[in-house]
Amino acid sequence: MKVLVPVKRVIDYNVKARVKADQTGVDLANVKMSMNPFDEIAVEEAVRLKDGKEHHAAGTVTEIVVVSIGVTQAQETIRTALAMGADRGILIQSDADLEPLAVAKLLKAVVEEEKPDLVLMGKQSIDGDNNAVGQMLAAILDWPQATFASKIQIADGKATVTREIDGGLQTIASQLPAVVTVDLRLNTPRYASLPNIMKAKKKEIAMKTVADYGVDVAPRLTVLKVTAPPVRSAGIKVADAAELVSKLKTAGAL
Amino acid sequence: MAVLVIADHDGTNLRDTTNKTVTAASKLGDVDILVVGQGAQAVADAAAAIAGVRKVLLAESAELGKSLAEAVEAVVVPLAAGYDAVLAPATMDGKNYMPRIAARLDVAPISDIIEVVSADTFVRPIYAGNALETVQSSDGKKIITVRPTAFDAAGTGGTATIETIAGADAARTDFIGEELVKSDRPELGAAKIIVSGGRAMGSAEEFHAVMDPLADRLGAAVGASRAAVDAGYAPNDYQVGQTGKVVAPGLYIAIGISGAIQHLAGMKDSKIIVAINKDADAPIFQVADYGIVGDYKTIVPELMTALG
Repeated sequence: MKVLVPVKRVIDYNVKARVKADQTGVDLANVKMSMNPFDEIAVEEAVRLKDGKEHHAAGTVTEIVVVSIGVTQAQETIRTALAMGADRGILIQSDADLEPLAVAKLLKAVVEEEKPDLVLMGKQSIDGDNNAVGQMLAAILDWPQATFASKIQIADGKATVTREIDGGLQTIASQLPAVVTVDLRLNTPRYASLPNIMKAKKKEIAMKTVADYGVDVAPRLTVLKVTAPPVRSAGIKVADAAELVSKLKTAGAL
Repeated sequence: MAVLVIADHDGTNLRDTTNKTVTAASKLGDVDILVVGQGAQAVADAAAAIAGVRKVLLAESAELGKSLAEAVEAVVVPLAAGYDAVLAPATMDGKNYMPRIAARLDVAPISDIIEVVSADTFVRPIYAGNALETVQSSDGKKIITVRPTAFDAAGTGGTATIETIAGADAARTDFIGEELVKSDRPELGAAKIIVSGGRAMGSAEEFHAVMDPLADRLGAAVGASRAAVDAGYAPNDYQVGQTGKVVAPGLYIAIGISGAIQHLAGMKDSKIIVAINKDADAPIFQVADYGIVGDYKTIVPELMTALG
């Protein structure tokens, strides 16, 4: 079966985002960019499904297609996924920062073209933190959804997914085709080896534009301003536990 | 304006995340509450007692009892026609079904709001809480999840009517099972005091040996850093941080936690923060009201003694 994995180029996980002085957004000039960490986990799981690693039967997945929507440099993000083991890529070029609804509509158009049995994707991107695209894609495709996956098993036309919920874990079985969004503890993504990085350079990336898909991507939200959160100032160091308890009692915290 | 709030509950008890979402919703208009569940009459009764609530709708089915997204969507989408806004707390359940409902209605959802500026303008954290975005929605209907810790809980004393409506099931998803962590301690989201442990604990046995007695002495909930959870020292639902639970208790005691950005994003709105760490340069001390530099192995027993 075929898996589609959407990936996003975002600010690197280890870089602290800084707000621009004119309050129009976060300063991304000369900042290290990487694949969204949740998307890396989705790519890794797709590759394990293809290779038959862990509890997956070999050949569960036969083709992994990676799609990204973003600036020209998002090709690098797709190359990273190809080096991890994905087969080919699609870049839908857009200089605009598209909203989740627009992204979901574009991905729907890609799904209709590629006809995957499974869309495997990160639960949220670490820039917008919306946690929305997977659920929205499932809705407009009229597919089932299994979000926040910490374990995935594919068998008998179903995705059996253990999900992280408040208070513990829930297991559901969704009929394929389905959208599965992945959480942190599903796996630890590999580093691509040098030979695989070289091999990835020969893999195909189809270059598309938003206009190719005839989808309405007009924004529904206007960002009025982006500001830094209030800064919490450091307090005092206390000598020992007894002084701490006395301070907390005075402050009414105990 | 008419606003629908989807209640958060455990099947029997209404969680106060619902009361907090009602506070946010009441800034937009008249509030009705929808309870989806199974055998959830007690929850509907509690929802009807929230001050200022107009009406409570109760929809029940086996799969609504497990909050399956497709089932919740099937109940909410037809109801949404009668409302200007639908709000739910940004819990794992709310995050699961709200974007699905929004897409069905062709609306851009607004996730995890921390402030209602006006009927169409909201503030929400982005970049793991390192920036706050003020967004204005042009959609006719608003679909919103609310960060509960950012709002006070609406009080009780209301006498809303309860109306039963048809339930629904998820067409192509089946519930298989669940493993819920059983605990007599308060839930992280509702606790007044949280004691949170980090990777310094070194093992699951040590984590529980250190954290559990202290939590019991203080009547506190136990939290953990992502590093401690990833290392297997604590269950996943203990995780406090941008990718885990966002908490804001009266007192947060961080033990052996260095204070990574993503952890701070999950607890920096706590009223009083205490840090115990042997590294005097740990970033956690930059947000702590009271810090003790030292090994938790010495400090925590002393703390137990000092608490008496």
